[in-house]
Amino acid sequence: MQKFLPRNLQTIAVALLVAGIIFLGFSGYLNTVTSSALSPVVGIQSWISSRYLAVVEFITVPRDVASLRARNAELESQVFNLQARVVDLEQQLREAQVLYALLDFARSRPENQYVAAAVIGRDPSPFLHYIFIDHGSDDGLRHGMPVVTEQGLVGRVDAVTARAARVQLITDPATVVNVRLQSQDVDVMLTGSITGDVNLEMIPQDMEMKPGELILTSGLGGSYPQDVVVGQVVSVRKRENDLFQSASVQPVVDFRNLRAVLVITNFRPVDIGPLMPAQNP
Amino acid sequence: MDYLLALPVFAFLLMLQTAVISRLQLLHGAADIILLVVAAWALQERVRSGWIWAVVAGVLVTAVTALPLFIPLAGYLLVTVLARILQRRVWKVPILTMFIVAFFGTMGYQFLSLVALKATGVPLGWLESVTNVIMPSALLNLLFALPVYALVSDLAHSVHASEVDE
Repeated sequence: MQKFLPRNLQTIAVALLVAGIIFLGFSGYLNTVTSSALSPVVGIQSWISSRYLAVVEFITVPRDVASLRARNAELESQVFNLQARVVDLEQQLREAQVLYALLDFARSRPENQYVAAAVIGRDPSPFLHYIFIDHGSDDGLRHGMPVVTEQGLVGRVDAVTARAARVQLITDPATVVNVRLQSQDVDVMLTGSITGDVNLEMIPQDMEMKPGELILTSGLGGSYPQDVVVGQVVSVRKRENDLFQSASVQPVVDFRNLRAVLVITNFRPVDIGPLMPAQNP
Repeated sequence: MDYLLALPVFAFLLMLQTAVISRLQLLHGAADIILLVVAAWALQERVRSGWIWAVVAGVLVTAVTALPLFIPLAGYLLVTVLARILQRRVWKVPILTMFIVAFFGTMGYQFLSLVALKATGVPLGWLESVTNVIMPSALLNLLFALPVYALVSDLAHSVHASEVDE
């Protein structure tokens, strides 16, 4: 019994001590003590954790590099495909813009019937200014039909096959177009040249002409319809002792970047050849 | 058998010429790869079909160009004549011969075109034509002469090697 009491007292004392500590802990009196006791443990825990993660990363990184490389190659391939697609779409957009412009032009002149054609080549001889288009007699094209763009006069159909046609440009040295100045009712002659420059010839000396004046087809001779824009006067050459004055013209059409044209299919050119006086031998 | 190649080769070259080469201009001159191929083919040692190639090229170009009828045919035959004559005289240096034929052949062909166009009433100036078209075209043909000669030589070797194998 004597031995039993002290042991019970020890147990009770320990229980009271534990209960007291728990009570103090719940009531918040031990926070300072626990935090100062746990902080080194947390530090150690963090250190161990970071070292563990470093080891795991070291082991698994090579596999990730391989997969990343594969993924990178895949993405590069996608980028390449998308870039090709962008270039393709830009090309289609440019073509669509050209066609919309031609369509607007055609709508603005409902009296004419048009066939749109793409420019597919140029004459192999550098002396000549001819283009080839991808529509021919199967599409209603005939010799002599005028060819225009939304900007103005391009030329006329010179030769036709079933699926293609050759167009003589107004810049060709052999081309002669009867034109008139917008501001004055005087017919003059527009000629091409080997360099692609376009000139006005046979202008009466008494005619006052200024740079910037607009030139339109006159319709004289029946080769081209009336009032199609051809270009603008750039400079005038006038000499006192010449019979006529001449002028340089800037065509409204950019012949170097011609992509698509419109052929006026309901215009029938008049062949005045038989009416020309025969030359005496 | 190599004359059978002439039609597909020149059909392809004509498309290339009209669609691409004619747009690449120096001043107002342009290279003529058909002329260069005719010249290079005529300069090949074992080739005997140079005349046929010139005729095929001339007929095909005549079919599409607005030049007076058969001027390309006459021009390419002229180039073949020049190539054949020079091949016998400068036979040890074929590249040099190619350059000579390319330059003088171009000059000859372009002068022939110029004379024919003037004869049909096209108002072309001599000096303007020489400085703006003929000389730039000859220069461009000189630039293209070497690669064209190399390609045509390879073609000739492969064609004639296969004939020897047969």
